Amino acid sequence: MSDTGYDEWLAAIADGEGYYLACPDGHGSLPPRRSCPHCGAAELTAEPLPETGEVLTFTEVHVPAPNFADEAPYVTAIASFGPVKLTGVVRDLPADEVDLGTTVSVDVGTNATTDERLLVFRPASE
Amino acid sequence: MTDVRIAGVGLTKFGSHPERTGRDLFAEAALAAREDAGVSRDDYEEIFYGNFMGELAEKQGHQGPVMAEAAGLDCPATRYEQACASAGVAFRQAVAAIRSGAADVVLAGGMERMNNLGTAEVTQSLAIAADELFEVRAGVTFPGAYALMARAYFDAFGGDSEDLAHIAVKNHANAMHNDYAQFHREITVDDALESPVVADPLTLYDACPITDGASAVVLVSDDYAERRGLDAPVSVTGSGQGGDKAALQDRPHLARTPAATKAADAAYADAGIGPDDVDVAEVHDCFTIAEVLALESLGLYDHGEGVGAAARGETTRDGDLPVNLSGGLKAKGHPVGATGTAQIVEMTKLLRGDHGNSDAVPDARVGVTHNAGGTVASAVVHVLEVDR
Repeated sequence: MSDTGYDEWLAAIADGEGYYLACPDGHGSLPPRRSCPHCGAAELTAEPLPETGEVLTFTEVHVPAPNFADEAPYVTAIASFGPVKLTGVVRDLPADEVDLGTTVSVDVGTNATTDERLLVFRPASE
Repeated sequence: MTDVRIAGVGLTKFGSHPERTGRDLFAEAALAAREDAGVSRDDYEEIFYGNFMGELAEKQGHQGPVMAEAAGLDCPATRYEQACASAGVAFRQAVAAIRSGAADVVLAGGMERMNNLGTAEVTQSLAIAADELFEVRAGVTFPGAYALMARAYFDAFGGDSEDLAHIAVKNHANAMHNDYAQFHREITVDDALESPVVADPLTLYDACPITDGASAVVLVSDDYAERRGLDAPVSVTGSGQGGDKAALQDRPHLARTPAATKAADAAYADAGIGPDDVDVAEVHDCFTIAEVLALESLGLYDHGEGVGAAARGETTRDGDLPVNLSGGLKAKGHPVGATGTAQIVEMTKLLRGDHGNSDAVPDARVGVTHNAGGTVASAVVHVLEVDR
């Protein structure tokens, strides 16, 4: 299945050229979008995604859905990257070292169960 | 505007009934509600029916006509899908139909069949209520989503897993007096804390079970009830719905549920009451942390104060504001598309005095129900009042 807008966004992140959409009032959102989900403005421009983000919350999932059967247990986190927040799976960092405020970078990995692309966070090199 | 009265209510026993068809479950609840109401079959004008995952569980779309047949009624029937708030939304539309004068007698209800799927399939099916692109693909399960909110709550406001365990203990204790509940088993705080981790910090006892069941409510106009001399002491005086961004990542605060605040504010304004007038509440505790978020969004507690309410004994059966006397989703069970109207059934019986826990609230006049979809991207709140 292809998802125009989303697929290009993931590909850009994989290439180290991640972006988000900004409206004239500075609200951030992610594609595919035709209007700002926060204020309805139709003029959206692509802005570079900050290189690092900060973990706002996370959970180690022990009971997965079938699409993550081979990943469990795994850590899913929400991290803030400037005006947008992203949800991804934490890689290259043991679960007990993930904490609120941990600085991460965003990348694209592979879901070991489905072989599909997956948004991942990795510890940011200081 | 026409006043709305609840003329009859019905439930199946909640539990694991993997062999029972959805139509059989709904038939049992609908026929029970019809018998309780004592309204002539010919007078039913419309059915408002909630169901979430019927395509996945039974490969059955277009469930409205199927369920009208099951209920033994010959009238139009429409299915509403709003994740775990499906029946709450259906009920809200039923209320609107009577208030507008479009109908005098309608049936609202919901059904969910889940246990014919395995736990893994149910987990996958429930996950479709989350944002597919940005959450499901990043491994967010439903317990996972509420775990993300629980950790954010602890960080923002304090509280801990032991506080949440007290909510599970309370709701299991309440279910002991509810014949329709899935669990009749008291648990301790230690049982909850020592149960297996599902998505940390949430454990098995923070989560509601997987439930098969159905619920139904007969709503009538005040005029109709009077004309027919119906015994219908409970009125629906307030209705409100709120919405939020589908994905947690698109919300400004990860430990608040403003959709429920909007729904509650609208329902309270509609009923002409405030949170201080609420005597008893049934809230959407799909996970223990969800009860906390509900109490705070309903204005019954300030942000940060709801987490300790059960541990302090304020929301227990003997407390000042009993919450989830039915046992809640946690112990009564959560057939997701049936839960919204199941809460109405429980609240109606609590207020009119024929619930196993009515003796805990003998003087209660105002009850509030709170039904949520997804991570509260949808919320429906109703105010019920009883003639005393």
